[in-house]
Amino acid sequence: MAATLKLKLDYDQLTNCMRCGFCLPACPTFRETGVEAESPRGRIALMKAVADGILKPDQAFEDQMNHCLACRACEPACPADVKYGQLIEQARDAVEDHTESHRWWIRAIRKTAFKGVFPHQSRMRLLGKALKLYQGTRLKQWTQRSGVMKLFPEHLQQMERILPDASEDGVVARIGAEHKAKGGAAVAKVGLFRGCIMDVLFTETNVNTVKLLGEAGFDVVIPDVQNCCGALHAHSGEADDARELARRNIRAFRAAGVDYIATNAGGCGALLVEYDHLLQGDPEWREAAAWFAERVVDVSELLVRKGRPLAFESKEPARFTYQDSCHLRNVMKSSGAPRTLMNRVAGAEFCEMKEADRCCGSAGIYNVTQPEMSGRILEHKMEHAEATKAEYILTSNPGCLLQMKLGIEKHGDPGRMAAVHVVDFLYERLKRD
Amino acid sequence: MISEQAKQELAAVLGPDYVKDDPQTLVTHSYDGTPMLQSLPDAVVYPENTEQVSQTLKVLHKHRIPLVSRGSGTNLCGGTVPVQGGVVMVMHRMNRILEVDLENLTATVQPGLNTKQFITHVEELGLFYPPDPSSMAVSTIGGNIAECSGGLRGLKYGTTKDYVIGLEAVLANGDILRTGGKLMKDVAGYDLTKLLVGSEGTLAVITEATLKLIPPPKFKKTMIAMYKDLHGAARTVSKIIEARIIPATLEIMDNPTIRVVDDFAKLGLPRDMEAILLIEQDGDPAAVERDIERIESICRGESADRVEVAATPEEALKLMTARRSAFTALARLRPTTILEDATVPRSKIAEMVLEINRIAAKHNVQIATFGHAGDGNLHPTATTDARDQDEVHRVEAAFEEIFEAAIRLGGTITGEHGVGLVKAPFLEWKVGAAGMEMMRGIKQAFDPHNLLNPGKMFAKATRKRVVIDRG
Repeated sequence: MAATLKLKLDYDQLTNCMRCGFCLPACPTFRETGVEAESPRGRIALMKAVADGILKPDQAFEDQMNHCLACRACEPACPADVKYGQLIEQARDAVEDHTESHRWWIRAIRKTAFKGVFPHQSRMRLLGKALKLYQGTRLKQWTQRSGVMKLFPEHLQQMERILPDASEDGVVARIGAEHKAKGGAAVAKVGLFRGCIMDVLFTETNVNTVKLLGEAGFDVVIPDVQNCCGALHAHSGEADDARELARRNIRAFRAAGVDYIATNAGGCGALLVEYDHLLQGDPEWREAAAWFAERVVDVSELLVRKGRPLAFESKEPARFTYQDSCHLRNVMKSSGAPRTLMNRVAGAEFCEMKEADRCCGSAGIYNVTQPEMSGRILEHKMEHAEATKAEYILTSNPGCLLQMKLGIEKHGDPGRMAAVHVVDFLYERLKRD
Repeated sequence: MISEQAKQELAAVLGPDYVKDDPQTLVTHSYDGTPMLQSLPDAVVYPENTEQVSQTLKVLHKHRIPLVSRGSGTNLCGGTVPVQGGVVMVMHRMNRILEVDLENLTATVQPGLNTKQFITHVEELGLFYPPDPSSMAVSTIGGNIAECSGGLRGLKYGTTKDYVIGLEAVLANGDILRTGGKLMKDVAGYDLTKLLVGSEGTLAVITEATLKLIPPPKFKKTMIAMYKDLHGAARTVSKIIEARIIPATLEIMDNPTIRVVDDFAKLGLPRDMEAILLIEQDGDPAAVERDIERIESICRGESADRVEVAATPEEALKLMTARRSAFTALARLRPTTILEDATVPRSKIAEMVLEINRIAAKHNVQIATFGHAGDGNLHPTATTDARDQDEVHRVEAAFEEIFEAAIRLGGTITGEHGVGLVKAPFLEWKVGAAGMEMMRGIKQAFDPHNLLNPGKMFAKATRKRVVIDRG
């Protein structure tokens, strides 16, 4: 593996780390443990030690690379602008080529999910159908009562309980692929990136995204040939698969000829804006990847910056707070726009929680693969959320949304508090003349 | 290597989870914030209290194993690189604020406490702890004390040493020493408190500190003055001090720094200026207004090209951002950033900046200079690439001349970073043979077997910067 790491790691980036330690306070795993190896500076030192031949890339090294949430909060904190996100992906890519250590259920999930399901929109649909069937029939009640779920680790049982109702129809099947702007000539033409999990578990959010964009004056198209963004693959060290998915998406949106590509999932958006980096070794795709990357923008940002102004009002007084999506904040650099929109809701009070900018522990499938650390981080998060006395925790990413639901289930009061996507919250409160 | 026996004894003291010698832990404690230095320790320990520190040192003393104690490892002098192996002691678990005494205006804290957390805590209580090293978001109070950290407010408020009034520390043989206390006056014997502040972990391991707090200033005002002539800027510094005005902050940036910062932060800085002074005064509103007015007229008198006083806190923040961006901007230029710490009397600021520029040109290296003009503490910063051996040698040669020039101008080799490993070869230039002899005697008295942070401060008479790889 040392050789593979040497090949895959960007040595310039490793050298750029000057070990000043400014990343330490930004890092959630360092904060939890206080252990240098659990910090970006520590992990880069480990990567460099392997590349330099001082350290053997053993099991402990592999575990440490997987322990990182990849929330990338260290990147804005870094004076030298080290591309940590790329380094950790390169390290995981190398580890993945060699590892034989995954637990059986992680291996099983990875293989079916990454290769068998996510890349295929039709299979995602099928998964949605199956999930819906499961949730809608007595099967769910049976599994919950019979104790079958007890065969699975506890955190998977919890996940099973909070999973929202799946949908067999995605956004296109529900409302069609083309939508005209409301209120006069269109401001711009937007392609919706609907996501894979997003479109099965949060179809309603995708529908509401289209409607909000329409209300704000955008023509919206949803190219039906698009597929999974590849983020889970890239973050877990399956870079080749991620690149193939990227090429397919670029082709789909180029054909649609859009001005912007809107996302409502920070995790997907962060990879989409970096398609140019992902495909940098591929000269054939360089220009197309750059075309794609510069058009990607989060829905909140698009509404605030380019859309016709929308007004929102809440019928009953409510308090709400916001959990930043790490990738939206640290990679797409958007933290102001969602807040601007939330503050526009008349009759409701936005209440910032302490450390809203810190990872919630969801981090892709981190909460499934690293339940212990994820659980510790979530516990702190919920303390801060509870302290705001908010009735709603809003998020901009499906992973964070599920994690907040889990947090409320585990540490909060599900009767009093709810986790909602910003788009759904806003659409419901849209002031209609 | 440390023996199995010693390891077992350490585990008995600290608990097996807190004695580590796996490769991952060793690699991640082989460096600090200093570029180009790395050396693996033999083990890393994480004590929880003073008693454990004492027992640990007893074990190490018995087996003659060296110890390097450290906080967050942000120092820039190689002070926490374990160049002779042995044990690294991480103080992170000892991170509590034990007491804030509102009657005596003191705080008693453990060494692993994060500096910014501490400052935030006392500010919430309406009090003020002035030392503000640029690394404070990361660094620990223990590390600040060990290196006697300074910061932007040093001119008016002093540095760490001015706020440490009592210490608990563990000696090399494991004995526990207490110095000072919650006392503003204390002349009972030698001042061991001040001796330990800035002793860089070579005399004892600090386990508790009592710090002096003061009331916060009521009001502050920020201004910036720009000069086409470096001497005008430098004369302004001397004139302000001569006029008996001590600003809270008085910072300088030279032309190379201005250009880099402007490229990075896009603040619209004047790229044709030779120097910028950034000045902040705090205190009672009337006094601050009066001082700022007088400073402004001194600036104009010294032919400042432009003088701008911030009208709002946002504007002030923008001005301070320029100074704070210096490090970040420079760090992005080239892969390796070597930030040094030469200090001269404030009247020699201009001469020193010119010397630095001359030396940089002579050795064909890039050096930008910014720093605390008000206290003469300059940070000539070389941007280079550690992989280019030839260039690195030129940088080292340049810095050697820069330190020489600082001494020649009546200055010193370090104002706030410490001697550590990097500047050990130059210490004698500053303190002389007699000074070295005295310092060795003190070291001998505290640590007869040279177990505490060996290899630091006292070099083997070489004058060259050393690059060590014990890998």
